[in-house]
Amino acid sequence: MANLTLVQAINLALIQEMEKDDRVLLLGEDIGLNGGVFRATEGLFQRFGGDRVVDAPLAESGIMGTAIGLAMGGLRPIPEIQFEGFLGPAFDQLTNQCARIHSRTRGGLTCPLVLRVPVGGGIHAPEHHSDSPEAIYTHTPGLKIVMPSSPYDAKGLLISAIRDPDPVIFFEPKRIYRAFREEVPEDEYLVPIGEARTVCKGEELTMVSWGATVMQCMNAIEQVDCSIELIDLRTISPIDMETITNSVRKTGRCVVVHEAPKTAGLGAEIAASVMENCFLHLEAPVQRVCGFDTIMPYYKLELEYLPDAERIGKAIVETLAY
Amino acid sequence: MPIKPVFTTTIDHVSILDEQGNFDATLGDGLIPDEDLVAMYKHMMTCRHFDEIAFKLQRSGRMGTYPENRGQEVPSLAAAYVLQKNDWMVTCYRENAGLFWRGLPKEKILLHWMGDERGNHIDECKVTPLAIAIGSQMLHATGLAWASKYKKDGAIACTFFGDGATSEGDFHEAANFAANLDLPVVFICQNNGWAISTPTKLECSAPTVAQRGIAYGMDCVQVDGNDIFAMVKVVRDAVDNARKNNRPTFIEALTYRLGDHTTADDARRYRDADELEMWEKRDPMIRTRMYLEQRDLWNGVKEEEQLDLAAKEIIQVVKNAEEIDAPSATDFFDSMFTDLPPELKRQRQTMRTSSLGQDPSQVELTNEVGQNN
Repeated sequence: MANLTLVQAINLALIQEMEKDDRVLLLGEDIGLNGGVFRATEGLFQRFGGDRVVDAPLAESGIMGTAIGLAMGGLRPIPEIQFEGFLGPAFDQLTNQCARIHSRTRGGLTCPLVLRVPVGGGIHAPEHHSDSPEAIYTHTPGLKIVMPSSPYDAKGLLISAIRDPDPVIFFEPKRIYRAFREEVPEDEYLVPIGEARTVCKGEELTMVSWGATVMQCMNAIEQVDCSIELIDLRTISPIDMETITNSVRKTGRCVVVHEAPKTAGLGAEIAASVMENCFLHLEAPVQRVCGFDTIMPYYKLELEYLPDAERIGKAIVETLAY
Repeated sequence: MPIKPVFTTTIDHVSILDEQGNFDATLGDGLIPDEDLVAMYKHMMTCRHFDEIAFKLQRSGRMGTYPENRGQEVPSLAAAYVLQKNDWMVTCYRENAGLFWRGLPKEKILLHWMGDERGNHIDECKVTPLAIAIGSQMLHATGLAWASKYKKDGAIACTFFGDGATSEGDFHEAANFAANLDLPVVFICQNNGWAISTPTKLECSAPTVAQRGIAYGMDCVQVDGNDIFAMVKVVRDAVDNARKNNRPTFIEALTYRLGDHTTADDARRYRDADELEMWEKRDPMIRTRMYLEQRDLWNGVKEEEQLDLAAKEIIQVVKNAEEIDAPSATDFFDSMFTDLPPELKRQRQTMRTSSLGQDPSQVELTNEVGQNN
């Protein structure tokens, strides 16, 4: 066991999978000698060489599109897009090509790749460096999407993603890259894609979140005097509705917390699914604590935008009042 | 200090067999053995006939939109002739001649245009399915070539696209990746004069499309794309450069779309009849036949025999495409992922029997397909 940050856990997972499987190679901007702008690939260029840790030209569509070719050619590429704000240029290759290859060839070709992308706000970054676009890609059939909230899950989910036969977007919440440490086993282990984690058990209210806001939810739960069950989705697509359903049928109340804008966000999908699956068990309307339907502000105001313990606590009180 | 040029270059144009039948023996002798050329001419005849029948299938309501290949048989055929079995051919949608030469069953192209994805499931040869989104496929070719270089399996990738596709950013990113990372890719631009209704001069204001490759530091050449000898020569040089040196090449093949963009298009709205008439005289079939007849390798009787064979073959191809069992109604679920996630399984199971997502067990109704868990 080692006491690691989330970014160190990612680094360890990459090393172990690259040691194990020589089909795994990395491509992205500044991931080589520089080790990536967040140091997620620190030391990998030196360890595995320039053929396996490739500094790509500054072209996101090119990174995504060539990764598709690498995957169709039998390799397990791990492209990195430096920040979620730069997914735009890769959008066409990601949604119109990568996500469709398995289906449009009726299984003739597959596209096993992991697209690593730092995501979300809270680190005082410049414009286009703090967004939460996970719902856009959840709405794209053919992609799996994961977002860890802890070092342990980051390592186990990344290994699962690399071994997955389908394309996976691995969103890395940059706000918690180094926010805390956790015991992470040295040995390899898998955290299955598609399974949520019940962070803490509770009886009165179910809270659903993922990524960096899981920590805000835990802060909020500490500050209220009631029994709350917190579910960390870990995988955003496909959503583990079974875990949510079982919990809400027990508690009768549900609050969803995410950084992304509210309208047509994943909170809406979860609320609709809770209505379908738990209608006769509900004691209160499903509440959402989200980012706003605005442009993510520059960093002076980013904490006003991001859900915090105070806003989450208010939602808890209001939901319990029904 | 005097101003000095730091870089100058020229673009070569390669032509061996011109539209009058003039043949440059210095460049062309020994390039293609006679029996191979006869086989290629026969193949072009079959492809031309396939194209004609495909057009009629659309017009008679038996097939969806179809892009005629007529007039553009040579570039992809020449490439398929030069490529080895292990190489990748990554095309757009006017390369039937090359795809069929490589071994793609002809009915798969019909299936594709008949709205059936099973036409894209290709195990018979190393080609990717038709790329409909313009310019999307060149990056895939670059990645496939990269995978081959990484695996050291000796294969290269050859990709096709039109003049309009060189306006797309993905072309420039693919060229830049291939050149900077030393990847064995052959880029073949079929400059057919038109991107639907947009003439090449609105896609590229430089004197040649070929010179676009210069910016990326790769070898570039322009070739008569209706000249089978010239095409084989430049593709062979490019393939050698890729295989031996891991270097990409950009080939601009000058050709012409003798038909409309697709069956949904009417080129008379934007194209002069004179231009079409001029290019009909440059039809690659005419000069190839002329060359073969001058050398007693072909004659009218053989032409009739081959037309008959082609007609018989394509009748069977159409039959194969039309008589295939209909896909099952749930077919489009099954290849979304290697293993279907629970929600997709549920949607697949209930697609005709229930509105999505209800869970009647909550109100003690029984519905065998509506169960959530």
